[in-house]
This record gives sequence, C-alpha cells and structure tokens, in this order.
Amino acid sequence: MSSPDKMSDDGTTLVQIRDLHFSRGSKPIFSGLNIDIPRGKVTTIIGPSGTGKTTLLKMIGGQLKASQGSIHVDGLQVGKLRRAELYELRKRMGMLFQSGALLTDLSVFENVAYPLREHTDLPESLISHLVLMRLHAVGLRGARNLSPSELSGGMARRAALARALVFDPMMIMYDEPFTGQDPISMGVLLELIKTVNEALGLTSLMVSHDLKEALSISDYAVIISEGVVVEAGSPEQLESSESAWVQQFLHGQPDGPVPFQVSAPDYEEDLMGTENGNSRVGVSR
Amino acid sequence: MIDFLQRFGRTWIDMVGRLGRATLFLLHMLGALGSLFARPSLLVKQLYASGVMTLSIVLVSGLFVGMVLALQAYNTLIDFGQENRVGTLVALTLVRELGPVVTGLLFAGRAGSAMTAEIGLMKATEQLSGLEMMAVDPYKRVFAPRFLAGFLALPMLAAMFSAIGVIGGHLIGVDVLGVDASAYWSQMQNATSFYSDVGNGLIKGLVFGFVVSWIAIFEGADCIPTSEGVSSATTRTVVYSSLAILGLDFLLTAVMF
Repeated sequence: MSSPDKMSDDGTTLVQIRDLHFSRGSKPIFSGLNIDIPRGKVTTIIGPSGTGKTTLLKMIGGQLKASQGSIHVDGLQVGKLRRAELYELRKRMGMLFQSGALLTDLSVFENVAYPLREHTDLPESLISHLVLMRLHAVGLRGARNLSPSELSGGMARRAALARALVFDPMMIMYDEPFTGQDPISMGVLLELIKTVNEALGLTSLMVSHDLKEALSISDYAVIISEGVVVEAGSPEQLESSESAWVQQFLHGQPDGPVPFQVSAPDYEEDLMGTENGNSRVGVSR
Repeated sequence: MIDFLQRFGRTWIDMVGRLGRATLFLLHMLGALGSLFARPSLLVKQLYASGVMTLSIVLVSGLFVGMVLALQAYNTLIDFGQENRVGTLVALTLVRELGPVVTGLLFAGRAGSAMTAEIGLMKATEQLSGLEMMAVDPYKRVFAPRFLAGFLALPMLAAMFSAIGVIGGHLIGVDVLGVDASAYWSQMQNATSFYSDVGNGLIKGLVFGFVVSWIAIFEGADCIPTSEGVSSATTRTVVYSSLAILGLDFLLTAVMF
C-alpha cells in the first residue's frame, strides 16, 4: 500500500482514499477505508443508512477533516491544503447536494451565473451565453427567471447540476440525486448524469440508495458498511458476489446477515420476565 | 450529588466551549471584513435588510416612547413648577439610555432574529455548504456583510429613535399640554451636550450593534440544522441579545456618566 502522504498515480485514479479514519463524537464512522475512484468513470458508493456516505463526499471536498489517513484528489492531499489551495481545488469540483442547495434569494439564472460572477471578470454577454448553454443542457432554459421556491425537486436538482457544471469541473459529486424523485424526473436525472459524464469527460462520484438506477449508469461501485469497504467492482461483479451480506443488501432482503431483529434477549424470557411493560433487559440474574 | 456535579460541570464545559467557538467565529468574521471593500453592494443589501426594514418599528416606538416620557415628566415636574424642563428630561433620557437600549432590543427582535433564522435555514438547506463547495467563503459573502450592516445600522436607528422621540415629546408636551415651545427647545439645548450625551449614546449604539450582530450571526451559523434547531437558535438570539444589551448598558452608563 502507498504511504498516506503520497498518491500512487498512474493517471487512472482521480481520488485515492487510504486508511481513512473518522469519528463523530465517540461513534466511529470510518475505520480504515481504502477506495480508488477511477478517472473519467461513473462511480457509485452505496451502503446502509448512517454509514457515512455523505460524510465521505464532504471529506473529499475538504469540508470535514480525517482523524487519520489520507484523501488525494488529482494528486493533492485534501487535508493538508491551505485554505486558498483548497478553494482552488474546489473550483475544479462540483457537488450536487441532496436539496440542490440553490441560493433562495437568487433566480435560477443568477444561481447558475453565481460561480462565474464570484470567480471571473467575464463580460455579462459571455456569462449569459455560458449560463443559457448550461440551462439548455439540463432542459431549464425556459425556467431561467423562476426562483428556486417555484421549482419542483427534480427541477431544483437539474438547476443545481447546471450550476455545478458552469465552471467545467473535472469531477462532480452527487449526494443522493434520485431521492424523492418521480419516475420521469429520475429518468431525466439518470440520462443527464450519464450524458454529462460522457460528453464533458468528467469523473462522477455518486452516493445513492436507489441501487437499481444508480448501478445502471455506473462503471464502478463500492459498498461500504461499518467504516470499511465490503465489496468493490463493476455492477456485474457485485451482482455475482458470493458475499451473503452483499446479496442481502443488493436485493433488499429483510433478513440475513443483517438481522431483522435488533439484538435482544430471548423472546420467551423477555415476555415472561416483563413487569408493567418494562423489560428487564440488562438486569443480571 | 455526583450526578448533579457532573451535570453542573458539563454545563460549564459546554458554555466555555461555545464561548470559545463564538470568539473564534468573531475573529474569523472580523478578518473577512476587508473583502467588503471589493464588494460594497453586499453591505448595501444587508443595510437595507437589517436597517431600513427595522426603521418603521423603531420610528413608531420612538414616537410613543417620547410621548409617554413627556407625559410622565410633565405630570411630575408641574408639581415643582418646572414643566419647562420637559424637553430636557425627554432628550437626556432618550439619547443617553432609551434610544440605544430600546432600539437595541427592537433590533434584536426584528433584525437579529431574522439574521439567525436566515443563516440557520441556509445551513439547514445546505446553502452554506454549497457556497463552500463553490469555493465561495461564507465568512466573506454571508457573515461579514451582515455583521458590519448590523454594527452600522443600530447606532443610526438609535439616533432616529431619539430624534422622533423628541418630536413625540414636543407633540405631547408643547402641542397638547401647553409647555412653551421655545422653553422646550432651549432648555433641551442647554442641558444636552453633543459629546457626552449624544456621543456616548452613539457609542452605546455601536457596542449594542456589535454584540447583537455577533450573537445573531453566530447562533445562526452554530445552530443544529433542523427546524427545531433554527427555532431554538432564534429564541437564543433574542434572549442573549436582550440580556447582553441590558447588562452592557449598566456597565457603559457606570463608565460614561
């Protein structure tokens, strides 16, 4: 394994995560996570709720710092960058938040134009062209004057995608892009993510619970659970995995290695020993 | 007993921790103020939101406070044949105390709570994270403009509160109760010093503006990003700001007058 400070880069890996440790309070989230995100591909990270998938995206974006281990993005170790360097890196990364995270006091057009206005001195005519091109790409050119509160959930995410694309990033991170979408919106988003990745030569990193949809456009997928990688490979490789845990997760089986019942004392004893509805769990006999 | 000590200790540790975070937050925000020279429009927008939008409630309150002061002063002073001094009492009470204090309390309730709720909701809806990921510093674009706007707006509002209060005092004292108009103005002019009364009142306004804006913005940025968290943070802004204003007013008055 490479040293945590250096990235073994043969050009095919855009994000390299090595021995990543992170805790929230006393609860460990990651305990030695190792992932390689291939350049130019669509990668999906999947795992049970509360595994820290969104946390991982925030750590790749430098919003949270690892307690141990390293994350390299395009050869740069995120946790060791100074603020200005981190901001320069972020200009090359787009992130699509679950809620869209559009600025509510600006119109759709102004939201998409925002990064350009903040970071460039481009003339207004050029900004207008760039914004309209991005809005056209996501099908929202006609909604440019609407405010974010007038958009549906799917439209808000498309507008946020246009904003994330306006600076021509090298990679885009998607945080649960399909949650709460109707089938048409989901289809639109799936098509957009796939097309954008191919047309612009991006690297896409997606966190999703919608396995079927996410895996249908993914080149590579990583399953994480309890702080470590359980399985990684192409969607086909995951499908043929011999791990009972992976099969239970991929097919949504209610019982299996992850039990339906939360760990509890013997059922019969529990019922017989109950007084006034208060379980005697934890009382030594 | 041990439980009590543990809870007591934890409460203190939490309080000290929060105070430390608030101080670091303030230093970071002060460091970001320089960026406003490049983008003065951000400050103008926030001056409108926190200053102009609070003006109506400040003017109406100031008018009524001035009227009440004149009425109470007249009813007391007439027993001593000193009703001509109504103007003095109204003006000194307003510029030294009630102007900055009541304006500060109104500002905390109107603009401070709005700042906390807005920033808290920006946090809850991931807008602050979104800005960070667009390589835009929220301290420069969100926090610093609001802080400077609050700091500048409060003393201006306090001055307007006092001015309209003096007019309210005139309406009741002179126009209704019959105090001589020239006595109202001349007694006021003789007794009121620009530097020690009006000036100190403005300093109080600046101090309250600084503290209220700091509390409001920190509470918004530090809140738990849920509807309940934003609601609690908004309440804390009003409570802490009000207590800070009243406590600081006592200290400043003791030092100034």
